[in-house]
Amino acid sequence: MTPMELVGSLGIVGYGLGAIGPGIGVGLIFASVIQGTARQPEARGAMMGTAWIGFAVTEALAIIGIALAFVFGGL
Amino acid sequence: MSGFLSGLVPLETADGFEAPGVHSFDVPPLFESVPWFDKYMLQAIISVILILAFWLIMARKNALVPSKGQYLGETAYFFVRNTIARDMIGHDFRRYLPLLIALFSFVLVNNIFGVFPLSLLPTPSHVGWPYGLAIMVWVIYNGVGIAKHGPFGYLKHTTLPSGVPAFMWPLIIPLEFVSNIIVRPITLSLRLFANMFAGHLLVLVFVLGGEYLLLHSESIVNKTAGVVALIFSMAIFGLEIFVQSLQAFIFTVLTAQYISSAAAEEH
Repeated sequence: MTPMELVGSLGIVGYGLGAIGPGIGVGLIFASVIQGTARQPEARGAMMGTAWIGFAVTEALAIIGIALAFVFGGL
Repeated sequence: MSGFLSGLVPLETADGFEAPGVHSFDVPPLFESVPWFDKYMLQAIISVILILAFWLIMARKNALVPSKGQYLGETAYFFVRNTIARDMIGHDFRRYLPLLIALFSFVLVNNIFGVFPLSLLPTPSHVGWPYGLAIMVWVIYNGVGIAKHGPFGYLKHTTLPSGVPAFMWPLIIPLEFVSNIIVRPITLSLRLFANMFAGHLLVLVFVLGGEYLLLHSESIVNKTAGVVALIFSMAIFGLEIFVQSLQAFIFTVLTAQYISSAAAEEH
């Protein structure tokens, strides 16, 4: 007897696992920006510029993940 | 006009609720005789007209004491000029300002179409539009670099950071080449596409799922869940407005960053 049956794509589970890393990374970036702003408020502009680029680069991993989740969604 | 309304109708089939998925983005053409003219194309054309009208009206009447409209236009202009172009590119930023402003307004208006009540479909959620934008940006930043350093000078400039010892070259040069020439346009387009795609999918799940739970189910628990989902979809719309503006900003910032790194002087 099967107690429970789940139907769906394993690719989405893989994407959920793959989103952990970028999630931690984006969190670390903005944690550092908040700390830096608290220590030196006048440097906020310069830090935000770098932070957005770092955010975009880190987020790219999650983006590749969601693309691959749809590519392998049929498996 | 069935193509224009597609994406808004509940996805109900004979055997219950059909979850929104990739197929929700396959909109039929607006007229049967013109297969390439679909809702995405119509939205892009409308956005170009809107943007042209906005900037032409803003640029025409310039007064020393600005009116409210001129103040709005100048704020938008100075946002791109100071926050994106000047901070990223540096002293030679004026040459690239028209490109950056056009990119920013095009991406922003097309993203906002995702929450605008009459359209409710972000144009970049069809992958062709980000691809086109990214190819244009790729050609421009490589062209800027080649015009500045020459073909071989640019190749050396972009694949070999200065100060790398010679025994690291076999590792660094392929890595930098893949990162700067190949991966950059892919991530630039996929970032915009995936954010718009995932955001629109989220909206579809909440709105269509809530509608189905509320109107097509019997139990009171399901109806309550449907009401909660519909109310919560308002918060999702708010999140979407934020994400859409942020992605327009990031797309322009990264374009400026790529141009700046391609045109940078040797240190």
